[in-house]
Amino acid sequence: MKCSKCGGLAVINMRQHRLRLCTSHFTEWFATMVQRTIEKYEMFSPADKVLVAVSGGKDSLALWDVLLRTGYEAEGMYIGLGIDEGIGYSDKSLAMCRQFVTEHHPGAVLHVVDLGEEYGQDIPYLAHTRQRGRGKPCSVCGLVKRHIMNRVARDGGFAAIATGHNLDDEVAVLMQNTLHWQAGYLARQAPVLLERDGLARKVKPFVRIYEREAAAYALVRGIDYIYDECPFARGSTTNFYKELLNQLELQSPGAKQQFYLQFLQARDKGEIRFAGEGAVELRPCRRCSQPTTAGDLCAFCRLWES
Amino acid sequence: MVKVIYRDKTWEIKAGSTVRHVIEQADLNPESILALRDGKLINEATLTEEGDVIKLVSVVSGG
Ligand code: SF4
Ligand SMILES: [Zn+2]
Ligand SMILES: [Zn+2]
Repeated sequence: MKCSKCGGLAVINMRQHRLRLCTSHFTEWFATMVQRTIEKYEMFSPADKVLVAVSGGKDSLALWDVLLRTGYEAEGMYIGLGIDEGIGYSDKSLAMCRQFVTEHHPGAVLHVVDLGEEYGQDIPYLAHTRQRGRGKPCSVCGLVKRHIMNRVARDGGFAAIATGHNLDDEVAVLMQNTLHWQAGYLARQAPVLLERDGLARKVKPFVRIYEREAAAYALVRGIDYIYDECPFARGSTTNFYKELLNQLELQSPGAKQQFYLQFLQARDKGEIRFAGEGAVELRPCRRCSQPTTAGDLCAFCRLWES
Repeated sequence: MVKVIYRDKTWEIKAGSTVRHVIEQADLNPESILALRDGKLINEATLTEEGDVIKLVSVVSGG
């Protein structure tokens, strides 16, 4: 199989783009695709400082790598969640982030916040003891990550928080939300969430990148990442939908991309509309001053009350 | 023979088939899998050769 651009040996076949590329043309194509996405959705500009949420997984490390190689001022942000579950998940994932810096971008800044050290409790403990966490650590975990990420972004003067969500992540969420007709979520799912009332801007530069391509990029760039998933993600419905969508993609190349991008287009043009599009009012939390919809204390601060 | 590794499983197959065939034979979806030989990414049309060690990597992760 030959590279569509140079005739050299192709390492990947991307049927939805009708492209087969060699290592160097693939990395070049990948960076261009990400750059175009950043521009198309006006995520941030070359003068901006960006905070990349890194987990030690392929997507976030690939994102950090491509942003740095493109010349962006991108700093990494890792949150130590204290998840061990017998496989040392959190320790391993932090080690991967540090190794990435040492091997690929010495000099890159990695911010590390350890939940246990800074707040006294880790995710497994919180999930076990709090009402919100009962049987679903991801709810507590998501809340904690959003809060800390926003704090670091605000304090550090970052223009945006960039996450490694890829097209497969987005399309899996879209499918779940569609199957349940979650109008509120469908109204808000977007490549960019603009900053407002103390909430930092959030962007997803990989929304047009298939998960397969993000993994391929990490592999050809020699980025070591954590293959193990968070133990709490096992058997998650997201993975179930991803596999289902890949069945569809196998029969009909480009199906995932069409489903997601045409949804965004139709909504932007006003062809489809959802109730709940109006933004809810935000007020600063009495304790931490971060924005909240919930009266006095934000959900994060309430977590430490109970 | 060709050695195939996927997660914590290892098995052997005859040389000479394509990587895509190897993936399908393992009941996996080529959209969800990438293949490595000697740590290098290889395309799905690559023919396996005697003595190859092929590592299959799932690209699907959640969370
Ligand atoms: S899978 Fe759940 S618990 Fe694990 S890191 Fe993701 S949100 Fe947190
Ligand atoms: Zn080429
Ligand atoms: Zn608060």
